[in-house]
Amino acid sequence: MLGWLRMVASRICGWLWPRRADEEFARELESHLEMLTAENVRRVMPPEEAQRAARLRLGGMMQISERRREMHTLPLLEAFVQDVRYGLRTLRKSPGFTSVAVLTLALGIGANTAIFQMIDALRLRVIPVKEPQELMTVQLADPTGMRGSEASAYPVLTNAIWEKLRDSQEVFSGLLAWGSNSFGLTPGGEGRLAQGLFVSGDFFQVLGVRPLMGRVFTASDDRRGCGLPGAVVSYAFWQRELGGDPSAIGHQLTVNYHAVEIIGVTPPHFFGLEVGRSYDVAVPICSQAVLWSEGNWLDGGTVWWLNVVGRLKPASTREKANAQLAVISPGIFQSTLPSNYPVENVKDYVRFKLGVAPAGSGVSWLRTQYSASLSLLLGTAGLVLLIACANLANLMLARATTREHEFTVRFAIGASRSRLIGHSMAESLVLALLGGALGLSLAGALSQFLVASLGTQDDPLFLDLKLDWRLLAFTFGLASLTCTLFGLVPALRASRVSPAEAFKTTGRTATASRKRYGFRQGLVVSQVALSLVLVVGALLFSGSLRNLLTVDTGFSQNGVVLADLDLFRRLNVPYAARVEFKQDLLQKIRALPGVVSAGEVEIVPLSGSNTENLVWVEGTKRASEVDSKFNSTSDGYFKTMSIALLAGRDFSPQDTVSSPKVAIVNQTLARKLGLGSNPIGKTFRRQATPSEPEQSFEIVGLVADAKYSSLREDFAPIAFLSTSQDPQPAPFAQFVIHSAAPMAEAVSNVRSVVAEASPLITADFQPFETTILAGLTRERLMAKVSGFFGLLAALIAAVGLYGVMSYLVAQRRNEFGIRVALGAQRRDVLSLVLRSAALLLAPGLVLGAFLSVAAAQAARAMLFGLKPSDPGVLVAAMAGLGFIALSASFLPARRAMRVDPMVTLRYE
Amino acid sequence: MAEDKPGILQGTLDLMVLKTLETMGPLHGYGIARRIEQTSEDALQLNQGTIYPSLTRLLQKKWITGEWGTSENNRKAKFYSITKAGRKQLAHEARSWERISGVIGRVLKTVSSGE
Repeated sequence: MLGWLRMVASRICGWLWPRRADEEFARELESHLEMLTAENVRRVMPPEEAQRAARLRLGGMMQISERRREMHTLPLLEAFVQDVRYGLRTLRKSPGFTSVAVLTLALGIGANTAIFQMIDALRLRVIPVKEPQELMTVQLADPTGMRGSEASAYPVLTNAIWEKLRDSQEVFSGLLAWGSNSFGLTPGGEGRLAQGLFVSGDFFQVLGVRPLMGRVFTASDDRRGCGLPGAVVSYAFWQRELGGDPSAIGHQLTVNYHAVEIIGVTPPHFFGLEVGRSYDVAVPICSQAVLWSEGNWLDGGTVWWLNVVGRLKPASTREKANAQLAVISPGIFQSTLPSNYPVENVKDYVRFKLGVAPAGSGVSWLRTQYSASLSLLLGTAGLVLLIACANLANLMLARATTREHEFTVRFAIGASRSRLIGHSMAESLVLALLGGALGLSLAGALSQFLVASLGTQDDPLFLDLKLDWRLLAFTFGLASLTCTLFGLVPALRASRVSPAEAFKTTGRTATASRKRYGFRQGLVVSQVALSLVLVVGALLFSGSLRNLLTVDTGFSQNGVVLADLDLFRRLNVPYAARVEFKQDLLQKIRALPGVVSAGEVEIVPLSGSNTENLVWVEGTKRASEVDSKFNSTSDGYFKTMSIALLAGRDFSPQDTVSSPKVAIVNQTLARKLGLGSNPIGKTFRRQATPSEPEQSFEIVGLVADAKYSSLREDFAPIAFLSTSQDPQPAPFAQFVIHSAAPMAEAVSNVRSVVAEASPLITADFQPFETTILAGLTRERLMAKVSGFFGLLAALIAAVGLYGVMSYLVAQRRNEFGIRVALGAQRRDVLSLVLRSAALLLAPGLVLGAFLSVAAAQAARAMLFGLKPSDPGVLVAAMAGLGFIALSASFLPARRAMRVDPMVTLRYE
Repeated sequence: MAEDKPGILQGTLDLMVLKTLETMGPLHGYGIARRIEQTSEDALQLNQGTIYPSLTRLLQKKWITGEWGTSENNRKAKFYSITKAGRKQLAHEARSWERISGVIGRVLKTVSSGE
């Protein structure tokens, strides 16, 4: 085996540098010849005779050189290179065919590569830190009974649990915690946000991330009462905000109105632990106390916000770590039980157990959200490529037919069959590689587009889309596969020539290529079938998107602007005066020209935020508990959102902290509580929460149902509380404003009212519609991309059908001419051709319908308001594709109709 | 590429070249060819050029190495010498050669005695 490898290596060298070796060998033979001559001279031969005899002894020098050359290089490879060169030359001679082929392949391969690139970045790659496979997320094994607020989409712990674990564990060789949040970068006025990260002191050390410049945090930076000891920024932030300034260390940043010094910059490849988002600014966890003037998350035992990740000790395993954590869990939870933990859940809290899960590929909300979509898109792109291959195979076959004569001649003059196949395949390979190379560059642009369309303005997406070996392997693997797919059959067929037939005929005959034509028909049928699958997919996804956009939300978003206000973080207003301050501001806004109404709301519908608590009718002793959503609004909210008040009254400024607690319920909650259509005057109780004890609310109003956190959900039971009864209003507020004036004008009016109220308020505005669209990102992406693929597939299939029909018309030109000469109407010829097109189309569509119904099952979870086998969609797709394909065959049919019988007859 | 299959004749020549290099030390092509002719007591009259494909093959397998040097008569010539791997291969080949020739010899003997 080793000997064989060495031989191949030396052959490759010989092939690459033939001249050097050849010359050297010539000199060697020369010297041999001289020695032989000298020997002969010693035997007293005359010089000329001596040289002649020497040549005889040595043997034919040319033959020896040639033998050595053959042994020394790769004859097969040389033949292959010749084939490739020949292929390139013939392709250059037909630029039309070449560009169509390369372009379809590039689109197919490019689409596949782009989607694979996203999957690679999102799912396959590990995070770029030291020994990522040793990293484990530490989380609650079973979060049942977890109360309080969760500030992350990932498994999180409270600061108290984190500190206790950090100080008492011996399970891991290193432990880190992080929490993400938005940081305001501006000193006031219009807001500008950065992706912020709170990190434990050891964060960078445990991950093995060294600073590019300056230093990173150490354990001593992360101590209670640390203030703002400094900020570490990402490479991207350093480039973007500071222009890559080499003297950035020591530069002052503003973070949530506080000045902080940059102490370090991390290397370009490090983006944090969340795949899909890059961090901008990192500060120690202890700085949370400074950056949030109200709401201390360090001591708030019911704020779950820290992601904890440990590095396993060298000999440890996941099972060992779980066992060790199980041992120390009771101690940790007993000693950290928050005093305000709702009594009914205390037993759950002390029974919590910590466990680990692999964290080597980071955490990613994006991954869970898009895994299925991306797999589906990859499948779709694969189908597109398959259709493109079928099309190319068809084109290659057509070419092979026209070059039949050439092949026959080559075969007749001694080319071997394998050589003919090799020649054909080399041409396909050249096409595939060209397509692959172009596809790779297309893929870059496509995946950038995908990333851009997944992110929103407020939440830009970051994916490290670098070109790595895996991607290159994927693309070129794909290219070679396609080459085999579309090249092999035409190559085999091209080689199946018989020299005897070679010179018999070059003219057209009716039967010459029946079999070949049958194969091409098969290709078209499968193309139509696969295209139908893609068209059905496109219709299902765009139909779902349309259903979601037109679904009855229960409110109206037309003309509604959302104002995000940072009211009291810099403006010092005591709790008691905050409600009145907000009421005043709302009154001023309502007085603006064009403003119909305005109100405050805590949880903007469809924003994804959620508050849930158990409620029951007063006096029923929790017999009829309902899990209800909660929201808080001011008066005017329902009017602004066009949510009908069915009974009772809206909130009013007379509902105050000291007046009895009131609530407005929606129809679903009233029904679930068994209060029927008139719940006014009834009272319900809400379970204790970490911030408030169990208490009663009197129902003063009944409103129509509306969506709460997502368009897909059914109407949920919702209880609305009054913001004016909140004893400790938060520093932030969200106003919804319904204005008849144009959006830009309304926004600028409101902005000046806010600025007048106080220059210390930061305000952001957004049409409410944008929020809704942001919630539909995935659906829009699926509709857009599958629509594009569907259209592409339909076009390629139409081109395929066009090609086959043109071929058929060319083959039967004489027959048509004779038919016309014998008195057939041109109309009859037209319908004859269209009928044979329809005969190809029909089985394709029927086969496609079955495939579509089966394939659509995979997309079931992503559809809305449509069944995977929706008959309307299926019929529409078949009709649409059928129309496009028949139109494509109309052109050759017209050509058939115009056949001049005189020309035909003369030819025959 | 049929010539590359280790036919008996070709294999024998390779074996003889290896053996020559083992006993004689570094030699050029002419020297090897002469030596083989001499040891066979001129029973084997080589077309001397045929040892070159053999040398190429042995070089490719790294059983011998080649180096330019100066011959006894001050001529530039390429000198070949056997490598460690070559010696191992030679020992191996020699053993199997003996075994095979022994077997063939015995078979031929029994066949002729059976007649």
